[in-house]
Amino acid sequence: MGSYRYPRYEYRPTSDATAARPVEHETVVVGAGPVGLAFALDMAQRGRRVLLLDEDDTVSVGSRAICWSKRTLEIMDRLGLGDRLLGKGVLWNTGRVFFRDREIYHFDLLPETGHRMPAFINLQQYYFEEFAIDAALAHPSIELRFRSRVTEIEPGPDGVLLTVESPQGTYRLHASWLIACDGARSSLRRHMGLAFRGKVFEDRFLITDVQMQADFPAERWFWFEPPFHEGQSALLHKQADNVWRIDLQLGWDADPEEEKRPERVVPRLRAMLGEDRPFEIEWISVYTFQCRRLERFRHGRVIFAGDAAHQVSPFGARGGNGGIQDTDNLAWKLALVQEGVAPESLLDSYDVERGAATDENILNSTRSTDFITPKGEASRAFRDAVLQLSERFPFARRFVNSGRLSVPAVYDGSPLNGPDRGDFPAAMRPGSPCTDAPVRCGGTEGWLLHQLGREFTLLLCPPAGTEPRVAAAEAADALSDAGLGVAVKTIGGDPACDIVDHRGVATARYALAPGTAYLIRPDQHVAARWRTFARDEARAALARAIGREV
Amino acid sequence: MTEGLADDLRIEGVDDIYAELIEAHRGLDAEQSLRFDARLILLLINQIGDQRIVREAIRAAREAEPPS
Repeated sequence: MGSYRYPRYEYRPTSDATAARPVEHETVVVGAGPVGLAFALDMAQRGRRVLLLDEDDTVSVGSRAICWSKRTLEIMDRLGLGDRLLGKGVLWNTGRVFFRDREIYHFDLLPETGHRMPAFINLQQYYFEEFAIDAALAHPSIELRFRSRVTEIEPGPDGVLLTVESPQGTYRLHASWLIACDGARSSLRRHMGLAFRGKVFEDRFLITDVQMQADFPAERWFWFEPPFHEGQSALLHKQADNVWRIDLQLGWDADPEEEKRPERVVPRLRAMLGEDRPFEIEWISVYTFQCRRLERFRHGRVIFAGDAAHQVSPFGARGGNGGIQDTDNLAWKLALVQEGVAPESLLDSYDVERGAATDENILNSTRSTDFITPKGEASRAFRDAVLQLSERFPFARRFVNSGRLSVPAVYDGSPLNGPDRGDFPAAMRPGSPCTDAPVRCGGTEGWLLHQLGREFTLLLCPPAGTEPRVAAAEAADALSDAGLGVAVKTIGGDPACDIVDHRGVATARYALAPGTAYLIRPDQHVAARWRTFARDEARAALARAIGREV
Repeated sequence: MTEGLADDLRIEGVDDIYAELIEAHRGLDAEQSLRFDARLILLLINQIGDQRIVREAIRAAREAEPPS
């Protein structure tokens, strides 16, 4: 039965449980979901040891997060999981929107060429977790403890004392840093007594995974008021293994327990899929959507990430993707603080940058939910007017909001941003995530993003008349006493450059010209850029980007 | 010069505008909402300032939902 076999991970006894005193761990992550796992892998890749605790012994039950964005795939690629996710995920580019009995329009995500990753793949959360657990178990710097529930925490100035319940009984351990990735119902948030403020939408949605043989294409189909589900909305989306995600809006008056019963669900699905199509239900859930966040994500040595820090409605796929970007932002900062290179205050920029990204995600997801569940007659009248005009008037399609799909945040106004010096277009300004491009390195075809992200990188276009090697040495010398590794990489059409832009795509996307320099953070976001590399400004920008007083 | 009623998008920030429009109706009853929309349409008609375009828009709006 079922398309997926849930792995059972074994509990491995630990000497921590029998130690006389709480054993010290530098970084403890609570929650081995996509966010906790991505964070642990990122830290491990940066050479830090991590203890990851999870109360369960398997992966996510039900598909849950299914749409993984380009940015998430790029981050996971940096963590070594790109090929595995791409190999199993379902690629899709087309969305169709239906109103009552007809298709009113379709759209293409139109990914440009010249990126390693597609705009989106669909993959069940359990696969994402399984692949990440495999990688974590294989990494010598990560210890993964299943069936280990944190029941109590005592935060202090130098860390947190944790009480853990395990098959070996209850024991305590001490974490210098505690990263809470324990999901929307975070128990760590509750232990800390932190308010999770926001808005609950007065609506309920039936969410099911159905396995079936169907020749529907791998597209996102969204219905407003379809004949098979009167007055409500419906969504159909393909996942791996011929599993389809179906969301059906039920309205606020629906009884969640009653609606989960297969006797209720099957007729609804038959109405949608046709009376004679065989299918098997794999998962049924009834949700009420919420948009909420913690006021602050960092509380001293306790830092919240993912759904534990913020929750959004699923329209737009901003939950899982937002959480993965949290870890991308946090890991390099925490690693530099632990190495003693950056001041602890660098971590406050996590709060600023991901706080702004969260507000953006909440705003978009709130608006989608308001469009799908209009409140009041006027709101419904405008919604219907938009849909009625969409078939004939392309402009109206842009008002249809069945989810604004996740795009990575640009950290405009971040305290870490340095100068944007010279005549540049707005694209790739400081705070932007780096865009990928096909390049050649050491004679082989590759991708620009693979050249970025281990450490700070200075991407340098050699000035006219200067040999790449010479330009690089000069820049490396300027940044040599910063106390942290900065990779200087020359880029350009010259085959002597470290990164050869043989097709000119990077030059166009980054508006490169002889002399141009980009300082790029370990999370592949731009810190600063110049038309001419200036020694003192570059040193100051680097100091600023790691939170040092300038 | 536009040829006729535009069918392509001519304004930026549609999600912002849409949210403001819905927000402007908050707290109004059905009758008040209808009157609000009437005032808004009159203001926009004057702003468009082209009888032919306004007539075309009236016709398009009517045709999008024929009387049942």
